[in-house]
Amino acid sequence: MIEFQLDTASGVATYLQLVQQVHQALQLGLLKPGDQLPTAQQVVARLAINPNTVLKAYRDLEREGLVRARPGQGTFITRSLPRIDPAAQSRFLGSMTDWLRSARAAGLGPDDIEAIYRTAFRNCFAEGVA
Amino acid sequence: MSLVMEARSLGKQYGRHWALRDCTLAIPEGKVVGLVGPNGAGKTTLLHLAVGLVVPTSGSIGVLGASPASGPAQLGRVGFVAQDTPVYARLSVAQHLRMGAWLNPGWDMGLAQSRIEQLDLDPRQRAGTLSGGQRAQLALTLAIAKRPACLVLDEPVASLDPLARREFLRSLMEIVATQRISVVLSSHLIADLERVCDYLVVLVASRVQIAGDTGDLLASHQRLSGPRRDAGSLPASQEVIEESHTDRQSTFLVRTSDPVHDPAWTVRPVTLDDLVIAYMSRSVAAPRHDDRPQLKVMS
Repeated sequence: MIEFQLDTASGVATYLQLVQQVHQALQLGLLKPGDQLPTAQQVVARLAINPNTVLKAYRDLEREGLVRARPGQGTFITRSLPRIDPAAQSRFLGSMTDWLRSARAAGLGPDDIEAIYRTAFRNCFAEGVA
Repeated sequence: MSLVMEARSLGKQYGRHWALRDCTLAIPEGKVVGLVGPNGAGKTTLLHLAVGLVVPTSGSIGVLGASPASGPAQLGRVGFVAQDTPVYARLSVAQHLRMGAWLNPGWDMGLAQSRIEQLDLDPRQRAGTLSGGQRAQLALTLAIAKRPACLVLDEPVASLDPLARREFLRSLMEIVATQRISVVLSSHLIADLERVCDYLVVLVASRVQIAGDTGDLLASHQRLSGPRRDAGSLPASQEVIEESHTDRQSTFLVRTSDPVHDPAWTVRPVTLDDLVIAYMSRSVAAPRHDDRPQLKVMS
Protein backbone atom coordinates (compact mmCIF):
# COMPACT_ATOMS: atom_id res chain seq x y z
CA MET A 1 0.00 0.00 0.00
CA ILE A 2 1.27 3.46 -0.81
CA GLU A 3 0.76 6.64 1.18
CA PHE A 4 -0.15 9.85 -0.63
CA GLN A 5 1.56 13.15 0.10
CA LEU A 6 0.21 16.58 -0.64
CA ASP A 7 2.26 19.54 -1.81
CA THR A 8 0.00 22.54 -1.29
CA ALA A 9 2.58 24.99 -2.65
CA SER A 10 2.96 23.21 -6.00
CA GLY A 11 -0.13 24.77 -7.59
CA VAL A 12 -0.97 21.34 -9.04
CA ALA A 13 -4.60 20.32 -8.46
CA THR A 14 -4.93 17.87 -5.59
CA TYR A 15 -6.54 15.07 -7.63
CA LEU A 16 -3.75 15.42 -10.20
CA GLN A 17 -1.12 15.07 -7.49
CA LEU A 18 -2.73 11.77 -6.46
CA VAL A 19 -2.81 10.55 -10.08
CA GLN A 20 0.84 11.50 -10.58
CA GLN A 21 1.89 9.73 -7.40
CA VAL A 22 0.26 6.50 -8.59
CA HIS A 23 2.05 6.87 -11.95
CA GLN A 24 5.36 7.38 -10.20
CA ALA A 25 4.81 4.45 -7.86
CA LEU A 26 4.06 2.25 -10.90
CA GLN A 27 7.16 3.44 -12.74
CA LEU A 28 9.31 2.83 -9.71
CA GLY A 29 7.80 -0.60 -9.18
CA LEU A 30 6.35 0.35 -5.78
CA LEU A 31 2.93 -0.68 -7.07
CA LYS A 32 2.22 -3.83 -9.06
CA PRO A 33 -0.92 -5.30 -10.63
CA GLY A 34 -3.16 -6.70 -7.89
CA ASP A 35 -2.04 -4.14 -5.28
CA GLN A 36 -4.75 -2.18 -3.55
CA LEU A 37 -4.86 1.61 -3.36
CA PRO A 38 -5.84 3.21 -0.05
CA THR A 39 -9.60 3.70 0.29
CA ALA A 40 -11.00 7.21 -0.02
CA GLN A 41 -11.65 7.16 3.70
CA GLN A 42 -8.03 6.25 4.48
CA VAL A 43 -6.70 9.02 2.25
CA VAL A 44 -9.11 11.53 3.74
CA ALA A 45 -8.20 10.52 7.29
CA ARG A 46 -4.55 11.15 6.50
CA LEU A 47 -4.63 14.27 4.34
CA ALA A 48 -7.87 16.00 5.45
CA ILE A 49 -8.98 16.48 1.84
CA ASN A 50 -12.38 16.16 0.22
CA PRO A 51 -13.22 12.49 -0.49
CA ASN A 52 -14.64 13.48 -3.89
CA THR A 53 -11.11 14.55 -4.84
CA VAL A 54 -9.82 11.04 -4.15
CA LEU A 55 -12.68 9.46 -6.08
CA LYS A 56 -12.00 11.80 -8.99
CA ALA A 57 -8.33 10.76 -9.06
CA TYR A 58 -9.32 7.07 -8.97
CA ARG A 59 -11.86 7.59 -11.77
CA ASP A 60 -9.11 9.16 -13.90
CA LEU A 61 -6.82 6.22 -13.23
CA GLU A 62 -9.63 3.84 -14.10
CA ARG A 63 -10.23 5.64 -17.40
CA GLU A 64 -6.53 5.22 -18.17
CA GLY A 65 -6.98 1.50 -17.55
CA LEU A 66 -4.47 1.44 -14.70
CA VAL A 67 -6.84 0.55 -11.86
CA ARG A 68 -10.19 -1.07 -11.34
CA ALA A 69 -12.73 -0.41 -8.61
CA ARG A 70 -14.25 -3.57 -7.17
CA PRO A 71 -17.47 -2.62 -5.39
CA GLY A 72 -17.28 -3.21 -1.66
CA GLN A 73 -13.61 -4.19 -1.81
CA GLY A 74 -11.60 -1.23 -3.01
CA THR A 75 -9.53 -0.02 -5.93
CA PHE A 76 -6.85 -2.30 -7.37
CA ILE A 77 -3.98 -1.89 -9.78
CA THR A 78 -4.60 -3.76 -13.04
CA ARG A 79 -1.63 -2.82 -15.18
CA SER A 80 1.98 -1.81 -14.73
CA LEU A 81 3.74 1.07 -16.40
CA PRO A 82 7.07 0.64 -18.19
CA ARG A 83 9.83 1.38 -15.74
CA ILE A 84 12.20 4.15 -16.65
CA ASP A 85 15.50 2.71 -17.78
CA PRO A 86 18.13 3.87 -15.23
CA ALA A 87 20.84 3.93 -17.92
CA ALA A 88 18.76 6.24 -20.13
CA GLN A 89 18.02 8.42 -17.14
CA SER A 90 21.67 8.92 -16.28
CA ARG A 91 22.57 9.46 -19.96
CA PHE A 92 20.08 12.34 -20.23
CA LEU A 93 21.16 13.77 -16.89
CA GLY A 94 24.72 13.83 -18.25
CA SER A 95 23.85 15.55 -21.52
CA MET A 96 21.62 18.05 -19.71
CA THR A 97 24.44 18.91 -17.33
CA ASP A 98 26.85 19.42 -20.25
CA TRP A 99 24.30 21.68 -21.92
CA LEU A 100 23.83 23.73 -18.73
CA ARG A 101 27.60 24.15 -18.33
CA SER A 102 27.97 25.42 -21.90
CA ALA A 103 25.02 27.82 -21.47
CA ARG A 104 26.63 29.19 -18.32
CA ALA A 105 29.98 29.53 -20.06
CA ALA A 106 28.19 31.56 -22.76
CA GLY A 107 27.18 34.05 -20.06
CA LEU A 108 23.55 33.01 -19.50
CA GLY A 109 22.16 33.34 -15.97
CA PRO A 110 19.76 30.97 -14.17
CA ASP A 111 16.67 32.95 -15.27
CA ASP A 112 17.73 32.99 -18.94
CA ILE A 113 18.40 29.28 -18.84
CA GLU A 114 15.08 28.56 -17.21
CA ALA A 115 13.25 30.67 -19.81
CA ILE A 116 14.94 28.72 -22.63
CA TYR A 117 14.13 25.43 -20.95
CA ARG A 118 10.48 26.38 -20.47
CA THR A 119 10.08 27.50 -24.08
CA ALA A 120 11.75 24.37 -25.43
CA PHE A 121 9.70 22.18 -23.09
CA ARG A 122 6.48 23.84 -24.17
CA ASN A 123 7.33 23.61 -27.88
CA CYS A 124 8.32 19.98 -27.59
CA PHE A 125 5.14 18.89 -25.79
CA ALA A 126 2.95 21.07 -28.03
CA GLU A 127 4.36 19.10 -31.01
CA GLY A 128 3.30 15.91 -29.28
CA VAL A 129 -0.28 17.16 -28.95
CA ALA A 130 -0.66 18.56 -32.44
CA MET B 1 -29.90 16.68 -9.93
CA SER B 2 -31.23 17.59 -6.50
CA LEU B 3 -30.01 20.70 -4.80
CA VAL B 4 -28.73 21.09 -1.28
CA MET B 5 -29.39 24.82 -1.40
CA GLU B 6 -31.39 26.93 -3.79
CA ALA B 7 -31.77 30.67 -3.31
CA ARG B 8 -33.74 32.99 -5.54
CA SER B 9 -33.22 36.74 -5.24
CA LEU B 10 -32.75 36.10 -1.55
CA GLY B 11 -32.33 39.18 0.66
CA LYS B 12 -32.23 40.03 4.35
CA GLN B 13 -32.58 43.53 5.68
CA TYR B 14 -31.76 44.65 9.22
CA GLY B 15 -33.18 48.12 9.75
CA ARG B 16 -32.05 50.14 6.77
CA HIS B 17 -29.16 47.85 5.95
CA TRP B 18 -29.15 44.88 3.64
CA ALA B 19 -27.02 42.10 5.14
CA LEU B 20 -27.62 40.01 2.03
CA ARG B 21 -29.03 41.07 -1.33
CA ASP B 22 -30.18 39.53 -4.53
CA CYS B 23 -28.58 36.19 -3.75
CA THR B 24 -29.28 33.50 -6.32
CA LEU B 25 -27.64 30.10 -5.90
CA ALA B 26 -28.24 26.53 -7.03
CA ILE B 27 -25.84 24.19 -5.25
CA PRO B 28 -25.98 20.45 -6.05
CA GLU B 29 -26.24 17.89 -3.27
CA GLY B 30 -23.20 15.97 -2.06
CA LYS B 31 -20.81 18.90 -2.25
CA VAL B 32 -18.59 20.40 0.40
CA VAL B 33 -19.38 24.05 -0.11
CA GLY B 34 -17.03 26.80 1.04
CA LEU B 35 -18.58 30.17 1.72
CA VAL B 36 -15.84 32.76 1.69
CA GLY B 37 -15.70 36.52 2.10
CA PRO B 38 -14.52 39.25 4.43
CA ASN B 39 -16.08 39.84 7.83
CA GLY B 40 -19.48 41.43 7.52
CA ALA B 41 -19.98 40.18 3.96
CA GLY B 42 -23.20 38.38 4.85
CA LYS B 43 -21.88 34.83 5.34
CA THR B 44 -23.52 34.30 8.72
CA THR B 45 -26.77 35.84 7.47
CA LEU B 46 -26.89 33.40 4.55
CA LEU B 47 -26.21 30.43 6.86
CA HIS B 48 -28.83 31.62 9.36
CA LEU B 49 -31.33 31.91 6.51
CA ALA B 50 -30.42 28.36 5.41
CA VAL B 51 -31.13 26.86 8.84
CA GLY B 52 -34.21 29.00 9.48
CA LEU B 53 -32.85 31.10 12.35
CA VAL B 54 -33.88 34.22 10.42
CA VAL B 55 -36.49 34.65 7.70
CA PRO B 56 -35.87 36.35 4.34
CA THR B 57 -36.92 39.96 3.74
CA SER B 58 -37.17 39.20 0.04
CA GLY B 59 -36.83 36.21 -2.26
CA SER B 60 -36.76 32.60 -1.13
CA ILE B 61 -34.40 29.87 0.02
CA GLY B 62 -34.79 26.11 -0.04
CA VAL B 63 -32.54 23.55 1.63
CA LEU B 64 -32.79 19.94 0.40
CA GLY B 65 -35.90 20.98 -1.45
CA ALA B 66 -37.82 22.34 1.54
CA SER B 67 -38.23 25.61 3.35
CA PRO B 68 -35.75 25.99 6.26
CA ALA B 69 -37.08 24.93 9.69
CA SER B 70 -40.49 24.27 8.12
CA GLY B 71 -41.19 21.34 10.43
CA PRO B 72 -39.65 18.60 12.60
CA ALA B 73 -38.60 16.56 9.56
CA GLN B 74 -36.71 19.45 8.01
CA LEU B 75 -35.08 20.33 11.36
CA GLY B 76 -33.83 16.75 11.59
CA ARG B 77 -32.30 16.84 8.11
CA VAL B 78 -30.12 19.89 8.74
CA GLY B 79 -27.34 19.98 11.33
CA PHE B 80 -25.99 23.36 12.36
CA VAL B 81 -22.87 24.42 14.26
CA ALA B 82 -22.95 28.13 15.05
CA GLN B 83 -19.93 30.42 15.10
CA ASP B 84 -17.40 29.65 17.87
CA THR B 85 -18.90 26.15 18.25
CA PRO B 86 -20.99 26.91 21.36
CA VAL B 87 -21.57 24.22 24.00
CA TYR B 88 -23.03 24.37 27.51
CA ALA B 89 -20.06 25.07 29.78
CA ARG B 90 -21.60 23.54 32.93
CA LEU B 91 -22.81 20.33 31.29
CA SER B 92 -20.54 17.32 30.94
CA VAL B 93 -19.76 15.66 27.61
CA ALA B 94 -22.12 12.76 28.49
CA GLN B 95 -24.89 15.20 29.43
CA HIS B 96 -24.53 16.86 26.04
CA LEU B 97 -25.09 13.50 24.37
CA ARG B 98 -28.14 12.75 26.55
CA MET B 99 -29.55 16.16 25.71
CA GLY B 100 -28.96 15.44 22.02
CA ALA B 101 -30.83 12.14 22.35
CA TRP B 102 -33.71 13.85 24.11
CA LEU B 103 -34.03 16.68 21.57
CA ASN B 104 -33.51 14.76 18.31
CA PRO B 105 -35.81 11.94 17.13
CA GLY B 106 -33.20 10.46 14.78
CA TRP B 107 -30.35 10.54 17.34
CA ASP B 108 -27.63 7.94 16.79
CA MET B 109 -26.15 7.36 20.26
CA GLY B 110 -23.75 4.69 18.97
CA LEU B 111 -22.22 7.14 16.52
CA ALA B 112 -21.98 9.89 19.15
CA GLN B 113 -20.33 7.62 21.72
CA SER B 114 -17.86 6.09 19.30
CA ARG B 115 -16.78 9.56 18.18
CA ILE B 116 -16.30 10.71 21.78
CA GLU B 117 -14.22 7.59 22.37
CA GLN B 118 -12.17 8.13 19.20
CA LEU B 119 -11.49 11.72 20.24
CA ASP B 120 -10.37 10.47 23.63
CA LEU B 121 -12.75 12.77 25.50
CA ASP B 122 -13.72 11.99 29.10
CA PRO B 123 -17.55 11.73 29.16
CA ARG B 124 -17.60 13.15 32.72
CA GLN B 125 -15.63 16.28 31.84
CA ARG B 126 -17.52 19.57 31.83
CA ALA B 127 -17.62 21.20 28.41
CA GLY B 128 -16.38 24.48 29.89
CA THR B 129 -13.01 22.91 30.65
CA LEU B 130 -12.45 21.44 27.18
CA SER B 131 -9.86 22.95 24.84
CA GLY B 132 -11.07 24.92 21.83
CA GLY B 133 -10.38 22.01 19.52
CA GLN B 134 -12.20 19.52 21.78
CA ARG B 135 -15.17 21.87 22.11
CA ALA B 136 -15.40 22.17 18.33
CA GLN B 137 -15.25 18.36 18.02
CA LEU B 138 -18.02 17.99 20.62
CA ALA B 139 -20.21 20.48 18.73
CA LEU B 140 -19.53 18.58 15.48
CA THR B 141 -20.45 15.30 17.21
CA LEU B 142 -23.78 16.74 18.38
CA ALA B 143 -24.52 18.03 14.87
CA ILE B 144 -23.81 14.74 13.08
CA ALA B 145 -25.30 12.33 15.64
CA LYS B 146 -28.74 13.57 14.64
CA ARG B 147 -27.90 12.06 11.23
CA PRO B 148 -28.57 15.11 9.08
CA ALA B 149 -28.42 15.09 5.28
CA CYS B 150 -26.87 18.54 5.31
CA LEU B 151 -24.42 20.03 7.77
CA VAL B 152 -24.08 23.80 8.09
CA LEU B 153 -21.01 25.17 9.89
CA ASP B 154 -20.33 28.84 10.55
CA GLU B 155 -16.57 29.55 10.77
CA PRO B 156 -15.94 26.21 12.52
CA VAL B 157 -12.14 26.46 12.57
CA ALA B 158 -11.55 30.22 12.82
CA SER B 159 -10.55 30.18 16.49
CA LEU B 160 -8.57 26.91 16.43
CA ASP B 161 -4.80 26.46 16.35
CA PRO B 162 -3.38 24.83 13.17
CA LEU B 163 -3.25 21.33 14.64
CA ALA B 164 -6.80 21.41 16.03
CA ARG B 165 -7.94 22.90 12.73
CA ARG B 166 -6.42 20.04 10.74
CA GLU B 167 -7.91 17.47 13.16
CA PHE B 168 -11.34 19.06 12.85
CA LEU B 169 -11.25 19.13 9.04
CA ARG B 170 -10.01 15.54 9.03
CA SER B 171 -13.00 14.49 11.15
CA LEU B 172 -15.32 16.43 8.90
CA MET B 173 -13.92 14.84 5.73
CA GLU B 174 -14.16 11.35 7.26
CA ILE B 175 -17.83 12.03 7.93
CA VAL B 176 -18.29 13.12 4.32
CA ALA B 177 -16.52 9.95 3.14
CA THR B 178 -18.61 7.57 5.25
CA GLN B 179 -22.05 9.22 5.19
CA ARG B 180 -23.93 10.69 2.30
CA ILE B 181 -23.95 14.24 3.51
CA SER B 182 -23.64 17.73 2.04
CA VAL B 183 -21.64 20.33 3.93
CA VAL B 184 -21.83 24.11 3.78
CA LEU B 185 -19.13 25.87 5.76
CA SER B 186 -17.95 29.45 5.96
CA SER B 187 -14.34 30.43 6.46
CA HIS B 188 -11.85 33.04 5.49
CA LEU B 189 -8.97 30.59 5.55
CA ILE B 190 -8.67 29.89 1.85
CA ALA B 191 -5.92 27.30 2.27
CA ASP B 192 -8.28 25.16 4.35
CA LEU B 193 -11.11 25.60 1.88
CA GLU B 194 -8.82 24.58 -0.97
CA ARG B 195 -8.26 21.21 0.68
CA VAL B 196 -11.78 20.37 1.64
CA CYS B 197 -14.22 22.22 -0.61
CA ASP B 198 -15.32 21.24 -4.09
CA TYR B 199 -17.75 24.14 -4.47
CA LEU B 200 -17.08 27.76 -3.67
CA VAL B 201 -19.29 30.78 -3.06
CA VAL B 202 -17.57 34.16 -2.80
CA LEU B 203 -19.66 36.67 -0.91
CA VAL B 204 -18.58 40.30 -0.64
CA ALA B 205 -20.53 43.31 0.62
CA SER B 206 -23.84 41.41 0.85
CA ARG B 207 -23.66 40.03 -2.68
CA VAL B 208 -22.57 36.79 -4.29
CA GLN B 209 -19.61 37.62 -6.54
CA ILE B 210 -19.14 34.16 -7.99
CA ALA B 211 -20.19 30.59 -7.24
CA GLY B 212 -19.28 27.27 -8.78
CA ASP B 213 -17.35 24.02 -8.72
CA THR B 214 -13.79 24.81 -7.59
CA GLY B 215 -12.31 22.81 -10.49
CA ASP B 216 -14.43 24.69 -13.03
CA LEU B 217 -13.66 28.04 -11.43
CA LEU B 218 -9.91 27.40 -11.55
CA ALA B 219 -10.09 26.15 -15.13
CA SER B 220 -12.09 29.14 -16.33
CA HIS B 221 -9.75 31.81 -14.96
CA GLN B 222 -6.26 32.70 -16.22
CA ARG B 223 -3.65 35.25 -15.39
CA LEU B 224 -2.28 37.01 -18.49
CA SER B 225 0.78 39.21 -18.54
CA GLY B 226 2.46 40.96 -21.43
CA PRO B 227 3.10 44.33 -23.06
CA ARG B 228 0.90 47.15 -21.83
CA ARG B 229 -2.61 47.32 -23.26
CA ASP B 230 -6.08 48.42 -22.28
CA ALA B 231 -8.67 46.07 -20.85
CA GLY B 232 -10.96 47.28 -23.66
CA SER B 233 -8.69 45.69 -26.27
CA LEU B 234 -9.23 42.17 -24.93
CA PRO B 235 -11.70 39.91 -26.75
CA ALA B 236 -15.26 40.06 -25.48
CA SER B 237 -15.01 36.43 -24.35
CA GLN B 238 -12.43 37.44 -21.71
CA GLU B 239 -14.05 39.12 -18.75
CA VAL B 240 -11.51 41.14 -16.78
CA ILE B 241 -11.74 40.46 -13.06
CA GLU B 242 -8.55 42.20 -11.99
CA GLU B 243 -5.98 44.30 -13.83
CA SER B 244 -2.76 46.06 -12.99
CA HIS B 245 -0.43 48.09 -15.18
CA THR B 246 3.05 49.54 -15.18
CA ASP B 247 4.19 51.90 -17.94
CA ARG B 248 5.20 48.92 -20.07
CA GLN B 249 3.43 45.87 -18.76
CA SER B 250 -0.15 44.80 -18.13
CA THR B 251 -1.41 41.92 -16.01
CA PHE B 252 -4.99 40.71 -16.13
CA LEU B 253 -6.91 38.06 -14.31
CA VAL B 254 -9.62 37.07 -16.77
CA ARG B 255 -12.57 34.73 -16.78
CA THR B 256 -12.88 32.88 -20.06
CA SER B 257 -14.04 29.52 -21.25
CA ASP B 258 -11.83 29.61 -24.37
CA PRO B 259 -8.11 28.88 -24.41
CA VAL B 260 -5.95 32.02 -24.74
CA HIS B 261 -3.89 31.86 -27.96
CA ASP B 262 -2.57 35.45 -28.22
CA PRO B 263 1.24 34.90 -28.35
CA ALA B 264 1.86 38.29 -26.71
CA TRP B 265 0.59 36.91 -23.39
CA THR B 266 2.30 34.77 -20.85
CA VAL B 267 -0.60 32.68 -19.52
CA ARG B 268 -0.52 31.32 -16.00
CA PRO B 269 -3.10 29.31 -14.09
CA VAL B 270 -4.63 30.94 -11.02
CA THR B 271 -4.79 29.58 -7.50
CA LEU B 272 -7.94 29.64 -5.41
CA ASP B 273 -6.28 32.32 -3.33
CA ASP B 274 -5.72 34.56 -6.41
CA LEU B 275 -9.27 34.01 -7.51
CA VAL B 276 -10.91 34.87 -4.19
CA ILE B 277 -8.72 37.93 -3.65
CA ALA B 278 -9.44 39.16 -7.19
CA TYR B 279 -13.20 38.95 -6.71
CA MET B 280 -12.93 40.57 -3.30
CA SER B 281 -10.87 43.51 -4.58
CA ARG B 282 -13.07 43.93 -7.63
CA SER B 283 -16.20 44.45 -5.61
CA VAL B 284 -14.44 47.01 -3.43
CA ALA B 285 -12.89 48.87 -6.38
CA ALA B 286 -15.89 48.91 -8.69
CA PRO B 287 -19.25 48.87 -6.94
CA ARG B 288 -21.83 47.83 -9.45
CA HIS B 289 -24.81 49.19 -7.56
CA ASP B 290 -25.01 52.70 -6.19
CA ASP B 291 -27.54 51.80 -3.54
CA ARG B 292 -25.23 49.26 -1.97
CA PRO B 293 -24.42 50.02 1.65
CA GLN B 294 -20.68 50.42 2.09
CA LEU B 295 -18.92 49.50 5.34
CA LYS B 296 -22.19 49.42 7.20
CA VAL B 297 -23.18 45.85 6.56
CA MET B 298 -24.22 43.82 9.56
CA SER B 299 -23.51 40.13 9.66
